[in-house]
Amino acid sequence: MSTLLKNIVRFILLILMQFYVLDKIHLHQMVTPYIYFLFILWMPFKLNRTLQMILAFALGFTLDSFRHSPGFHSAACVLIAYVRPFLINILIPQEGADANYEEPSARSMGGEMPYFVYAGLLCLLHHGWLFFLEALEFGNFWYFIVKTLLSTIISLVLIFITELLFSRKQKFKTNTI
Amino acid sequence: MGNIFLFIRRYFNFLFFLSLQVFSIYLIVQYNKYHYAVGGAYMNEVTGKVNVQYNKIDNFLQLNKSNEILRKENERLLNQLKYNFESADTSNRIVTDSIPYDTMGNKRKWLYQSAKVVSNSVTAQNNFIVISRGTKQQMRKDEGVIDPNNSVVGIVTDVSENFSVVMSMLHRDSRISVKLKKGGDAGQVLWDGKEPNRLSLIDIRKSARVVKGDTVLSSGMTPTFPYGLLVGTIDEVIPDKSTNNYIIKIKSAANFYNLQYVYAIDNLHRDEINKLLEKAKSKINN
Repeated sequence: MSTLLKNIVRFILLILMQFYVLDKIHLHQMVTPYIYFLFILWMPFKLNRTLQMILAFALGFTLDSFRHSPGFHSAACVLIAYVRPFLINILIPQEGADANYEEPSARSMGGEMPYFVYAGLLCLLHHGWLFFLEALEFGNFWYFIVKTLLSTIISLVLIFITELLFSRKQKFKTNTI
Repeated sequence: MGNIFLFIRRYFNFLFFLSLQVFSIYLIVQYNKYHYAVGGAYMNEVTGKVNVQYNKIDNFLQLNKSNEILRKENERLLNQLKYNFESADTSNRIVTDSIPYDTMGNKRKWLYQSAKVVSNSVTAQNNFIVISRGTKQQMRKDEGVIDPNNSVVGIVTDVSENFSVVMSMLHRDSRISVKLKKGGDAGQVLWDGKEPNRLSLIDIRKSARVVKGDTVLSSGMTPTFPYGLLVGTIDEVIPDKSTNNYIIKIKSAANFYNLQYVYAIDNLHRDEINKLLEKAKSKINN
């Protein structure tokens, strides 16, 4: 499957999954897991940074349209799309791994640990910014801090379950032949 | 001048990031005008159509429950039929039809319009319900919405061609004017954003007699809801130390988790009332 088609399918499936399944989950009226931003986590390394942000905005805006809460998810998605290239630069251990693989995964980032940090940090940022904006609107900060931490943990667990269920085959590309 | 372009080129990504963030926050702040700002009405149609597809599956799985609700509703309606009541004086007549005047010359005020719920949320801070009835089916903004058991659900805030968005009572901006059934003290019901099906009732003075289990009804003082619709029952009464009022927690009568069908109530006198109010206001201002 071509990269473009794969990403379009991902976009649609993740949005539907998020809105129709995960948004109905509410543990103790507090935690709602989010995994739709896996689309951003899994975007190809080589994508233009401006395009990454535009796609992230489109993703967030689509979910916002479903939830009738304009702006919140767009802002959070744009933030992690902006931070993503910096994180990848720091976390990829060997030179040129991002040229040899297509998109971030445990394998292309050289081990479970860097990938875990990558997903964890972006997840925390996304939830933190999302709930911070909600808190600005609604007040009650302690509630939102606890909510951020708990939601991040649950989302991370779900992200790793998704990784295990849908293992993405990463081909090693080389241009030395 | 050249330096400015150089600066913009160098920091283009950061500036682009900032502008997208600002735009998002603008959307959050302006969210009441959202529908006019970014083609929200169009997005409403699109998401509404996806919701209808999903709802078909969801409805099929909940057919049993819907049957139960319809049966109860039928029972209630059957009990209201004329032949259940024996009137001593034959000059009294109950006439129900949908033309604006009945044969007694009374003008119809409230019009009930049934609608199907295609999307509903309870988890967010601001919850909305989308129903599949729009301007083409004579829906208007600011109609009240109730569930089949005659309990208040919310108020219509946006209407597109085939869908309407209802601001559920579980919304930070929702304010419903209510009365206690016993005593008749008026107050407002709002939501603190934590637990669905649990609302707050404010503006009830401490001298009012309030007991756990009392019924709270819609007040009929706003043009949105008629008097006497169920809003909830009192669950907990907390005296507010800083004011002369109680803070009362009530259990909502409507169950927001399993809404399937709702009724929108159109106030046919609304335009007249609004016109009168505007006239009064302009008089004060002059």
